[in-house]
Amino acid sequence: MTMAFARIQWPERVFAGDVVKVRLLVQHPMDTGYLQDLLGKLVPRNVIQSLTCTWGQQVVFRVEPSSGISANPLFEFFVRADQTAEMHVAWTDDRGVKGSLRQTLPVLPKSSS
Amino acid sequence: MPAAGCVRTVIKVCWRIFILIALWVGMGYAAAQTAASPARSLPLSQLKSGLHYSGKDVQALHADEFANPAQLWLSQGAQAWGQPSAANGKSCASCHGAVASSMKGVATRYPAIDAASGRLFNLEDRINQCTTRHQQAAPHMYDSDALLGLSLLVTQASKGMPLRVDIGGAARSHWQAGAALFSQRQGQMNLSCAQCHDQNFGQRLYTDALSQGQPNGYPVYRLEWQKPGSLERRLRSCYAGIRAETPPWGALEMRQLALYLMWRGEGLPIEVPAVRK
Repeated sequence: MTMAFARIQWPERVFAGDVVKVRLLVQHPMDTGYLQDLLGKLVPRNVIQSLTCTWGQQVVFRVEPSSGISANPLFEFFVRADQTAEMHVAWTDDRGVKGSLRQTLPVLPKSSS
Repeated sequence: MPAAGCVRTVIKVCWRIFILIALWVGMGYAAAQTAASPARSLPLSQLKSGLHYSGKDVQALHADEFANPAQLWLSQGAQAWGQPSAANGKSCASCHGAVASSMKGVATRYPAIDAASGRLFNLEDRINQCTTRHQQAAPHMYDSDALLGLSLLVTQASKGMPLRVDIGGAARSHWQAGAALFSQRQGQMNLSCAQCHDQNFGQRLYTDALSQGQPNGYPVYRLEWQKPGSLERRLRSCYAGIRAETPPWGALEMRQLALYLMWRGEGLPIEVPAVRK
């Protein structure tokens, strides 16, 4: 599969200054190298080597998952929201296949109350 | 006397005709009864989805609309639905339009007889037939990500709707074959489907609770597989579990067994995207 899918979740209403939880789900088999396919052939190791989330200009989350992480990993992390910016998620796996997801995460101006 | 004898003969003839009609009606009624509802070893009132027998963690992942990993394949399926074929430029959407409305209720009726070929099709067969006939593209591999994406997408359009397969007409003999297979002991373990899933559901098999083997969550994301899989793959796993000879992919008996399972779980709501251990 060449095209990988990912999903990102973020609270519906976020105000500037809030600390919010970001959830990220990435489609990847995370093959450990120890398992066999349906025909009994050993599947070579293929895991995400590195995954980086850049929000605007700043790297907010970086992880190097190893073979101990399950397939289709779910990552959760917290960021302090300043202003609306694009979240850029990029990853590379053992086969050199790169995946990426770009999504704008909106931030509302600080509430006056 | 001759008048009385005549009346007696007329009454006798009338009585015989009445008995014949009554017999005929009665037989017809009995035949209709057996045709409409074969005996169920598992009463409809006792049906429980496999979700009921799952652990709390699995139930939580199933219910989490974001983290449920089957969502990734649903995204893939949604993209494939609008993807034009390289051969003739047709996509699923060119004929069917929006999946949510055009495919609503479709998955509740499969496996079903294909009118053109007379063969028993499961949903994946139907999708592949569309791919080859109308999009003039190569068929998808069994349980490939592309096929699972589409079958998940189409099944999701029936989410919450009750299973209701047709076992009349040409499907009848397939249903009978499936029912026979369900209660057939096989493999080195010499076990039938019924022994676990009709007679012992709710009991423990090592650390797992035995489910009723209901098909309403398929294609399902299984943690064991680390990806979604079709009902056919699940049945193949069961065959391997009882050390029986696994039929080849696409085998008719798997579709017959699936038809029986769908009838057996009649009325259970479709749960796709579902997660199981």
